[in-house]
Amino acid sequence: MPILTKDEAQALMKKVIALSKADEIEVNLTGSDGGNIRYARNAVSTSGGVSQNNLVIQSSFGKKMGTTTINEFDDSSLEKAVRRSEEVARLAPDNPEFVPNLGPQTYLESKTFVPETAAITPKLRADAVAQSLQIAKENNLVAAGFMENSAGFSSMMNSSGLFAYNTSTNVNFNVTLRTADSKGSGYASKGFNDITKLDVAAATKFAAQKASGSANAKAIEPGKYTVILEPSAAIVLLESMFFAMDARSADEGRSFLSKPGGKTKLGEKMVDERVTIYSDPQHPDLPTSTWNGDGRPQEKIAWIEKGVMKNLYYSRYWAQQKKVKAVPSPDAVIMEGGTASLEDLIKGTEKGILVTRLWYIRNVDPQTLLYTGLTRDGTFYIENGQIKFPIKNFRFNESPIIMLNNLEALGKPERTVSGESGIHALIPPMKIRDFTFTSLSDAV
Amino acid sequence: MKRRDFLQYTSLGLGAAFASNIPVFGNIVSPEQFLEPVDTRLKKQIADMVLTAAKSRGASYADVRIGRYMRQYIITREKNVESITNSESYGIGIRVLANGSWGFAATDKMDNESILKATTIAVDMAKVNAKLLSEPVKLALQKGYGEVSWKTPIEKNAFEIPIKDKVDLLLTANGIAMANGATYINNAMYLINEQKYFASTDGSYIDQDVHRIWPTFTVTKTDTKTGKFETRNSLSSPMGMGYEYLIPREQDKMKGLVTVYNKRYDMLEDVKAATLQVDEKLKAKPVEPGKYDLVLDPTNLFLTIHESVGHPTELDRVLGYEANYAGTSFLTLDKWESKKFKFGSKLVNFKADKTDPGTLGAVGYDDEGVKTKEWDIIKDGILVSYQTTRDQAHIIGLNESQGCSYAESWNSVQFQRMPNVSLEPGKSPLKPADMIKNIEKGLYMLGRNSYSIDQQRYNFQFSSQLCYEIINGKITGMVKGAAYQANTQEFWNSCTAICDKSDYRLGGSFFDGKGQPSQVSAVSHGCSTTRFNGVSVINTGRKI
Repeated sequence: MPILTKDEAQALMKKVIALSKADEIEVNLTGSDGGNIRYARNAVSTSGGVSQNNLVIQSSFGKKMGTTTINEFDDSSLEKAVRRSEEVARLAPDNPEFVPNLGPQTYLESKTFVPETAAITPKLRADAVAQSLQIAKENNLVAAGFMENSAGFSSMMNSSGLFAYNTSTNVNFNVTLRTADSKGSGYASKGFNDITKLDVAAATKFAAQKASGSANAKAIEPGKYTVILEPSAAIVLLESMFFAMDARSADEGRSFLSKPGGKTKLGEKMVDERVTIYSDPQHPDLPTSTWNGDGRPQEKIAWIEKGVMKNLYYSRYWAQQKKVKAVPSPDAVIMEGGTASLEDLIKGTEKGILVTRLWYIRNVDPQTLLYTGLTRDGTFYIENGQIKFPIKNFRFNESPIIMLNNLEALGKPERTVSGESGIHALIPPMKIRDFTFTSLSDAV
Repeated sequence: MKRRDFLQYTSLGLGAAFASNIPVFGNIVSPEQFLEPVDTRLKKQIADMVLTAAKSRGASYADVRIGRYMRQYIITREKNVESITNSESYGIGIRVLANGSWGFAATDKMDNESILKATTIAVDMAKVNAKLLSEPVKLALQKGYGEVSWKTPIEKNAFEIPIKDKVDLLLTANGIAMANGATYINNAMYLINEQKYFASTDGSYIDQDVHRIWPTFTVTKTDTKTGKFETRNSLSSPMGMGYEYLIPREQDKMKGLVTVYNKRYDMLEDVKAATLQVDEKLKAKPVEPGKYDLVLDPTNLFLTIHESVGHPTELDRVLGYEANYAGTSFLTLDKWESKKFKFGSKLVNFKADKTDPGTLGAVGYDDEGVKTKEWDIIKDGILVSYQTTRDQAHIIGLNESQGCSYAESWNSVQFQRMPNVSLEPGKSPLKPADMIKNIEKGLYMLGRNSYSIDQQRYNFQFSSQLCYEIINGKITGMVKGAAYQANTQEFWNSCTAICDKSDYRLGGSFFDGKGQPSQVSAVSHGCSTTRFNGVSVINTGRKI
């Protein structure tokens, strides 16, 4: 333990299933090893390590379902856990939305485990932090940051013949650098399955440049501006739209996708035709698991194609009600872009604002997907194709749907991590006209 | 992973689960297991073993937290029970100070060998981290209390109430909503019991039994003709109470334009009112943007207090420890040192406490063995203090901690978390209805809704569940799309009246996030209905 091979996981779960007296049983077995280090005020503050395993057993009798979880795997503990899940199931009320087990499934090959990432040691983390601190000190900046990594496996088996197994690794690094007088601030966040793709020094230098460059910002009037959203800014609005693409909410009339008469906007063009968003678990730059938490296969699928809403995601129950394929929600999204660099987008802008990051995003109106939040860690005024000066942060009130209709240009996609949800995405920088800033903030 | 786990345990869609921001902890257990506490003698034995081992390995200070964290979540919609989750998380967290640096390790394997191994890891980690320190940790002195205990003063242990009774209450409420014309209702009950044992090398052995409860619903009505929909959330509050919170009592109802609740909540009454108000919301006229005098009910104002007063007075944010995640603070030390920083008008007095019965923050001792207390943060409008832990007290010239240390579980390291931060009621008699009478052009707002504030806590935007227009001292009807935007200091300086203590109520945040890795905590904020003059209001209505 904690990372079992495919054969070991299969053998353990078979043992559990053999103990079942229920109509159906489903077992999820996971394990992970991970560590983290945190620093602030140019010194390490806390660090920790977590190693854990978990076995979830779900038994059902008719439409009654009971769940139990354990982290001890001797024979008597397993038997006790199976019996307990059965007891809980017998006592449970009928679940009218119960769906029976999935049968055997076929999954694509997964590319989410990188041995080098699984081999990260506390020393490697400490060395990375020392490197980041060195850059901060050289630039007379104050650093606060966090690095965490994990390696683990997920597996699933049920009494109807389904078996799924996957291993994965992850490493995340994020850092905030501030000028000593707190008048400038910069941020960088990177996340990969593969540690060899993580360049802590480059990320820290990027944040350092934003911090120094954003000091002594000028105030300009709030209003509607052309903006260039870097991927780390765009993702938090895009994901807000994505998290709302649930078919049931749309069908129930309580979504931005709902229409008068109980219909939905599925199949309609809702945004600019240059917008194409899809997911692909085997994408080389953003690999994710090839099955989701309830055993459904994850496959390449288009969500928005040339501005048209192509697919929504379904729970198995709702798909059954609607007699459609039960498409699961994906683990990551990819948006197509062009070939222009961020610099090219800036060069082609007569007047506009470059936004590094958007923060504290909250839904204001679920009907229109209006969200509010603020710019942060580097906001700059652009004139005649050049960055002229840093500007004070703004509060915005904007909908990703309106934003994607006001699209001017897309750059080359790059991998980014959402500062809100932590999901990973591959999206382009985007130039948007008439982005709505409603007030100024003194925050740096 | 926690969010993904949550999806497994409930039938909520992905979007709903992300929006709910509800973490899941620990193992699933049967409800009866909640009622079997771990023997205190056993916990003391384990603690003594760890403290001795830590010292012999070179720790100058050590503390041990043996925690059993139990949660029962019941989630329903319309006629259905979507899920009932009973979870337990049991383990030990060991924090040590060695070579002037903190080290921490935790394990859920409760055999001596695993516990001693974790102790060794914690001390060794402290020694490694010491090499990257800029200055050693200075810990405020703390006397040992010997063997003591504390329990949330509950009347009815919610974990002893049969699940069937809780389900019946939720489904009855759902039935009332549907019978009154709701299209949908989501209704849930969250119950938490922390059985936590703390021991330290200072000589404290503290056994605490902490209870919290939060019932909350969302009533939705859709208009299929227009394709529009509106919702109204429950006006309940999360409380540091037992099941008695859900047993209505007339003396805890404040009947006005909208009935609001104090230390007891009437779910069945509120759900009916909510369903009728959703109809009004669908028909409400859009708010005219501009400046308004705001009358904010505690069900709305508590969250503004949380974000604009609670967070910026956290000393770790002020110092920069949260710069990479939760943010820093505009209330820098020089503002406190000046003793003149005018945070708000003279009427504005904020007290911090971890002692007020019924609050989410109330405990006998914090998570580093400090007896809890009450203190001033804003006095007559002036910033006078912050929120501290033992290693921060010296920074603001204190000899002892204010008792603000908390960890969400045994496996998380304790750090500075917000105590209850509450606005003192007005000293002269004043009721909300009288406050409204004196307003020429205003808005009366109730219930929490959208909230957002910058990373230094200057600029914020809040909206409400219910918003009524006031013209010449009279409520003229409901408006929609109103959100107030302000700068924290300007906002609190525009405070011109606060209702008296008869209107004082608690609101609370059940899942307040901070730290990397992120931890949640629960905290209450008390206040009476309060008036703010000339606040900017925008109309958030859009077409897509």
